[in-house]
Amino acid sequence: MAATDVDVFSNEEKRNLTLGGHVGFDSLPDQLVSKSVTQGFCFNILCVGETGIGKSTLMNTLFNTMFENEEASHYQNGVYLRPRTYDLKESNVHLKLTIVDSVGFGDQINKEDSYKPIVDYIDTQFENYLQEELKIKRSLFNYHDTRIHICLYFIAPTGHSLKSLDLVTMKKLDSKVSIIPIIAKADTISKSELHKFKIKIMSELVSNGVQIYQFPTDDETVSEINASMNAHLPFAVVGSLEEVKVGNKTVRARQYPWGVVQVENESHCDFVKLREMLIRVNMEDLREQTHARHYELYRRCKLEEMGFKDTDPDSQPFSLQETYEAKRKEFLGDLQRKEEEMRQMFVNKVKETEAELKEKERDLHDKFEQLKRMHQEEKRKVEEKRRDLEEEMNAFNRKKVAAETLSLSQPLKKDKDKKN
Amino acid sequence: MDLQKVAQKNLEGYVGFASLPNQVYRKSVKRGFEFTLMVVGESGLGKSTLINSLFLTDLYSAEYPGPSHRIKKTVQVEQSKVLVKEGGVQLLLTIVDTPGFGDAVDNSNCWQPIIDHIDSKFEDYLNSESRVNRRQMPDSRIHCCLYFIAPSGHGLKPLDIEFMKRLHEKVNVIPLIAKADTLTPEECQQFKKQIMREILEHKIKIYEFPETDDEEENRLVKKIKDKLPLAVVGSNTIIEVNSKRVRGRQYPWGVAEVENGDHCDFTILRDMLIRTHMQDLKDVTNNVHYENYRSRKLAAVTYNGVDNNRAKGQLCTKVDTVDGMSPLAQMEEERREHVSKMKKMEMEMEQVFEMKVKEKVQKLKDSEAELQRRHEQMKRNLEAQHKELEEKRRVFEEERANWEAHQRQEQQKLEASRTLEKNKKKGKIF
Repeated sequence: MAATDVDVFSNEEKRNLTLGGHVGFDSLPDQLVSKSVTQGFCFNILCVGETGIGKSTLMNTLFNTMFENEEASHYQNGVYLRPRTYDLKESNVHLKLTIVDSVGFGDQINKEDSYKPIVDYIDTQFENYLQEELKIKRSLFNYHDTRIHICLYFIAPTGHSLKSLDLVTMKKLDSKVSIIPIIAKADTISKSELHKFKIKIMSELVSNGVQIYQFPTDDETVSEINASMNAHLPFAVVGSLEEVKVGNKTVRARQYPWGVVQVENESHCDFVKLREMLIRVNMEDLREQTHARHYELYRRCKLEEMGFKDTDPDSQPFSLQETYEAKRKEFLGDLQRKEEEMRQMFVNKVKETEAELKEKERDLHDKFEQLKRMHQEEKRKVEEKRRDLEEEMNAFNRKKVAAETLSLSQPLKKDKDKKN
Repeated sequence: MDLQKVAQKNLEGYVGFASLPNQVYRKSVKRGFEFTLMVVGESGLGKSTLINSLFLTDLYSAEYPGPSHRIKKTVQVEQSKVLVKEGGVQLLLTIVDTPGFGDAVDNSNCWQPIIDHIDSKFEDYLNSESRVNRRQMPDSRIHCCLYFIAPSGHGLKPLDIEFMKRLHEKVNVIPLIAKADTLTPEECQQFKKQIMREILEHKIKIYEFPETDDEEENRLVKKIKDKLPLAVVGSNTIIEVNSKRVRGRQYPWGVAEVENGDHCDFTILRDMLIRTHMQDLKDVTNNVHYENYRSRKLAAVTYNGVDNNRAKGQLCTKVDTVDGMSPLAQMEEERREHVSKMKKMEMEMEQVFEMKVKEKVQKLKDSEAELQRRHEQMKRNLEAQHKELEEKRRVFEEERANWEAHQRQEQQKLEASRTLEKNKKKGKIF
């Protein structure tokens, strides 16, 4: 991939040599170009703006084609992103264009979390690329790059200033994606109002520290035009696919009772400037920025979050291997520890329950000891009673015997008496 | 992103992204290009001369002698960097040469320093690609290796075969027949055929020209393929032939012209190497050789946590890797596995615990029931005894009561009779 070619040559001794004839490596750029043309290009645009502000119309106008679109309703529960991919061809150049629409943006009553789905979507695309890049068996040159290359932020043409939702959202997005702010439906603002509006917007962006995309001025071939365009930001655009006859030409325009707003007329709106900058001059630069700046930032943060470092405590650079080994050791140690913890927890639980059950056993034992004692007591009482009874019976028997003996001697006395 | 249908759209007017190739062109020229070329072959095969002829410059000169003039005891790997400019395009050319290769009496393992060098360049790139902070990623990987075959006319030498077998999966190998002006055209043909046969036999994968959609290009590519390996002649001197100044070698019997297609294949090599396939050589190095190195390296690390790459010099067989997972994703997978393993373990332990508790509780219940039963029995026993005693008492009381009643009756009778007697006695006196 051309984007990973070196930017700066190393510091080794290099000799400058003159060639004694035509060697032929001046065809290298052509070789590179023909390779990329065969591979095809890929570009992903994110459109952020309120429902009905003209995002779909602008896309249609920019790319001269009707992309299928249902009109979005205002009653979405939240913001969600709708990506659509199209295969376009111009001359021999294939472009895989993905347009991501923010549906429901700005419609809710509470818009505090409106930016979140957008940030999440951008991060997810970075994450997918990162995962592919980290795979052991990867195929980056075949990979369908879905990272967002440009975010067109649509500003409502109030003529006064940015809404707080705009500032909040752009602030959250500016470190993740290149933003070009656009004043939508610019045919509702007069020229003087527009001028003031643009100045107000730019100063608000600057004072809030929002970084928008600057067209690059380091390449002499395009620095002039880029620099002059930078001064026209934000672009005030009008979109339309309808054709109106003006003079003897048919142009794309919006017909009003008071006149015709021509889309491609530079004195009517900045559409041509946008198209020029976005597509014809800086498309490749936007792709490069996304890869070399925004993606690298995401990757760096993600890796640091996971604990990867470039140097160890002694400031010796880690080799990839050492880093992975260290990570792995840590990871395995972590797993081991978790296992130990769980085992320990169980041992404790078992001990506790054992103690409980033992206690219960003891209680039971005690209870029955008590019952036994009671029982013994009762038995003793019964024995006592039995003894008493026995005694009484014995006494009675003795009495009986005595009485019998007495009665035996009694009748003798009677007889004796009778004899007298 | 979910897989969606990608719709084909026809544009109804000029949009302008057809300028993308121009934008790419512009940026690449601004960035400049890099290329690293390695030359390998025994001393005296004309390597330095060929490089000078290819790049039309004095890369190797008296000041910077070529590898064959730098006599070494062992095989060294050295590089020279030169910056050349042509048509606004800047090229940083690195030539890596290997003085001492094949020059010793015992040449076993003379390829090892070369393999180590290639691997170390891959390693450097891998490390800089894997850093957290990636800034400049200088690409010093070897993009192409020109291997010089001595013009014996017979076939490949064992050293040639060994070398190419060990390097063909690490770098783009382009074999060349050196000093081709010692072979007649017929001898050259035979020689080439023999070499290609041997290359096929030993399953050596030399650099292959890619197929394109262009018919014209494919025909050219086919023509080149028929001439492999290219037989080259180089020269540092310019000679006048038919009032033209050409690079050539002057012999008593004529001049062998370097750039004459009938004399040798030099122009084919130059056109292919520099004018048409330089970018492809870089791409194949990046997308194939480097990726092979990388996946092998990372697989070894993740599998054992230990550097398993001791098999550097050995012949590489099929690359065994984990199914397309990054080491981090693999750790994630392992973590998930571990979590489910722990859950299972927890469940098992829970089950065992529950079971044991149930057992114990049951036992306790049983012994309680047993004790209760015994207690009941004893109680009943006792009650029975009680009842028995009560009964006995009752009977006894009854008996006693009866006897006492009887006694009283007797007593009364006796009293009555006594009284009667008394009365009788009293009555008699009268």
